[in-house]
Amino acid sequence: MKVIKIDKNEWADGVEKLHDNYRLIGAVREKSYHIFATLKPGQKPEMEYVNSRISPKYVIYPQSEIILECSMDENDEDYKVYHEPGDKNYEEKAVLGVRPCDADSLPLVRRNFDTDEYKDPYWLQAFETTTLVGLACDAPCPSCFCTSAGSGPYNDQNLDIMLVDNGDHYLAEILTDKGEKLAGAAGWDKDTEQGAEDSIEKRKTGAESKITSKVNTDNLANQSLLDLYDATIIWEKAAFACINCGTCTYACPTCWCFDVQDEVHGRQSYRIRNWDSCMYPLFTHHASGHNPRGTKLDRLRQRFMHKLKYYVDKYEDGIQCTGCGRCVSLCPVNIDIRRICNMMNSYDPESCTCEVTAS
Amino acid sequence: MENPYIPYPVRIDEIKTETEDKSLKTFKFVFLNPEDEEKFAYRAGQFAELSIPGLGEIPIGIASSPTEKGFVKFTVFKTGKVTSYLHSMKEGDIMGIRGPLGNWYPWDMLEGKNVVIIGGGFAFTTLRSSIIYMLDPENRKKFKDIHVIYGARSPGMLLYKDELEAWAGLDDLNMHITVDGTDDPDWPHHTGFVPTITEQEAPSGTEDTYAIVCGPPIMIKFTQPVLDKLGYTEDRIIMSLENRMKCGIGMCGRCNIGKEFVCKDGPVFTLKQLNQTPKEY
Amino acid sequence: MKSYTEKIKEISKGLLEEGKVDMVIGYRKGSVPLMHQPFFAQNQQEIDEFVWDSNCGLNLANYVTDRQEKIGILATGCNSRNIATHIVEGKIKREQLYIIGIPCKGMLDRHKLAAMADGPITTVEEDEEKGTVTISGDGFSETVDKTEALQQNCSICVHRNPVIYDELVADEVKEQTRDEVDPYAGVKEIEAMSPEEKWAHFDDLLSACIRCYACRNACPLCYCPLCFVDESKPQWVGKSIDPTDVRTFHFLRAYHCAGRCTDCGACVRACPVGINVRDFTKKLEKDCFELYGWEAGMSTEQRPPLDTYKPDDPEEFIK
Repeated sequence: MKVIKIDKNEWADGVEKLHDNYRLIGAVREKSYHIFATLKPGQKPEMEYVNSRISPKYVIYPQSEIILECSMDENDEDYKVYHEPGDKNYEEKAVLGVRPCDADSLPLVRRNFDTDEYKDPYWLQAFETTTLVGLACDAPCPSCFCTSAGSGPYNDQNLDIMLVDNGDHYLAEILTDKGEKLAGAAGWDKDTEQGAEDSIEKRKTGAESKITSKVNTDNLANQSLLDLYDATIIWEKAAFACINCGTCTYACPTCWCFDVQDEVHGRQSYRIRNWDSCMYPLFTHHASGHNPRGTKLDRLRQRFMHKLKYYVDKYEDGIQCTGCGRCVSLCPVNIDIRRICNMMNSYDPESCTCEVTAS
Repeated sequence: MENPYIPYPVRIDEIKTETEDKSLKTFKFVFLNPEDEEKFAYRAGQFAELSIPGLGEIPIGIASSPTEKGFVKFTVFKTGKVTSYLHSMKEGDIMGIRGPLGNWYPWDMLEGKNVVIIGGGFAFTTLRSSIIYMLDPENRKKFKDIHVIYGARSPGMLLYKDELEAWAGLDDLNMHITVDGTDDPDWPHHTGFVPTITEQEAPSGTEDTYAIVCGPPIMIKFTQPVLDKLGYTEDRIIMSLENRMKCGIGMCGRCNIGKEFVCKDGPVFTLKQLNQTPKEY
Repeated sequence: MKSYTEKIKEISKGLLEEGKVDMVIGYRKGSVPLMHQPFFAQNQQEIDEFVWDSNCGLNLANYVTDRQEKIGILATGCNSRNIATHIVEGKIKREQLYIIGIPCKGMLDRHKLAAMADGPITTVEEDEEKGTVTISGDGFSETVDKTEALQQNCSICVHRNPVIYDELVADEVKEQTRDEVDPYAGVKEIEAMSPEEKWAHFDDLLSACIRCYACRNACPLCYCPLCFVDESKPQWVGKSIDPTDVRTFHFLRAYHCAGRCTDCGACVRACPVGINVRDFTKKLEKDCFELYGWEAGMSTEQRPPLDTYKPDDPEEFIK
């Protein structure tokens, strides 16, 4: 890994140059919060922000995406024969200022879309053509718990470049070939002064110390799946409060579930993939009327069991969560994954109790 | 990269109404591109997504057997948006099939064993596939005794009636057809619910005997204690599940029971496996 | 508000001990600022978790729909009007409920305060005597008048006291009158716009919608077993984030709430992207008030105006 120095004015100039080679996506202010959006030439990404309201997963995995199309006109060659849309554009794109927790969600999601048997071409092509320029996080939220969820404010494992804000300049870790290529295109190549790596280390320690909330996950794999499933104490009160909206799932960087819908516009039929949510009754509703997850409790339990037990058991590599804290701060009824996780981790099936910690 | 969402284009070659209430039709499809038939190599017990452009897809068990060449068959119950439209389609119409998907009955494990097939209602489709497959001269010798217990509400609600009668006349297959009730005084088969007939006709559970059970939840619920009583252990009871599905390839996230996806890790599970998962089916 | 909490606990304890109810529905303290959690208590330990302050901005009427138990429930002015609506619409029986009335002084606007703060808020303190709210976090602290920090629906509320109750936790608070506050000022601003401006306004309003349905699901009126957006036979609305489908959802949902909405603000509070869903519902509330002299949920006897027919119903809008 190489560390370079990017003065903030050079940053601005470099971003401008990058427009020639990349579609640039960065944090922009939308009313009272930030979103990730395609930047117009001349537009700078905001770098003084906490995190985007909704995770930037939609850069790679849009909320609605046409996956197939065909003609509904008998005279056309592709009459009722679905094929990939002709206008799919996998141009090189770069996300500027993505937070480590959001970048760390990508390998988790990849496990779903990139399997031995099947590959999702849309997710994979979008992912492969994306360069991630991360921004280390110096001001984590009170709801953040990345350090106990396999991520961290300075986690650079899934970034191509990580920027560390060091006053009038960024210290930039060039982490991959993609990162190298982007830095080259931007013209960023200045050597750092001595002690740069120490500065990064010092800042990293400072940032990590600001994260005071955590989840305990050490015992999740040992717990019996069916015991947790049947642990009313974990689910009952949260399920009561839950209104079964999709806020948690749609805001989450690691939720990947989707629905497939056909829509006909004019003489053209489209097969569209839309984000879906395990919170919605329709998600599992059979045509016969039967619903295997027919109650609010079933659906709430599915979300947490998936992230904190099924995923843990299936991949044996931690939880399906990077601790970004969005669901904690956005849930309209304050269902807190930290609390649920700690309950699941500490559940004792003998006594049917758990150590409940508020956060 | 093979795109797992693209269906193979097919033409409806033949439509047969199966039941007196017309709620079940069997569709015989021929692939528009002959090479797709080879790509669609399947095993008895698998399913596929039937795709109707403009409406959507539905997961349906494959009713034809891999030993039947030149076409694939599906028997479809008219219930939702896509199946209702499918029932209104005509021979010659173009649509799509995506698959084969999911696992299959454990044919390797069943070799050299007695096989008892227990089916009810319209869940008999992949069981038809299985029976044709096992009766194929190449395959029949691989299995010991084969019993089939199949029931429906009334004679008019039985699927594949001509084939059932033919099977009933075979020496190397023990066919037990039953209906819940009938006013036909000459009805030559059983009358009574599937669990009852199972108790009367199924062989006892031994190390060498496996039961494949497919049917409505109520039938499964009452057949299970019968099989227990007959001595079938939970690892020798094989079941095929249905859950709402969209992608069919384990990605869209809705059909899971615990950490298993019905579409990809199933639909075929042993009762032993099911007893280790939440009952979300 | 502390006194409210103590009184709520005391009443709840009595109700459960005397077996008058099977559960009491209130709030417990949230794990993040400005958010408490709807919660039911069935024993003393759970009663001890009850809390009441200006962060109880959801609508508890949403939690009694179709329940069979005998329930004690906290109810502010708007919540009580939704309970009355539920009774009229057959979603709960009056005799199943013991309504613990809360004279309400308004709820804090979590979106507004988050936008005011210079970073993530870690603590919120309310000074009841001074009528101020102090929000603070890492390196900042800001004190504002509570009137500045209230949810917009609360600041224009003219029914702060519950309209039906079995017992009040405190004396009634002074109501704001329609002379003091104009509940429809916001609607009038939109009404004054040209069609193009209106289009642009609503386009912008809904641009951030992710169709999570938090607004619908937080609303006590939205109890349909199958919402029209989820219908598949026939499918009325597409499921993508196509702007036409997003608009259709919001417009139709608002119409379904016409004459029933109490302007409790739960939809706006629940929305994760800060859409002022009330721009739709408030207009229909205004129309019902002006055309029919109707305010939702003021009695357990009368059905809402769009649910009934009278020969003298206004018809000037039919042209």
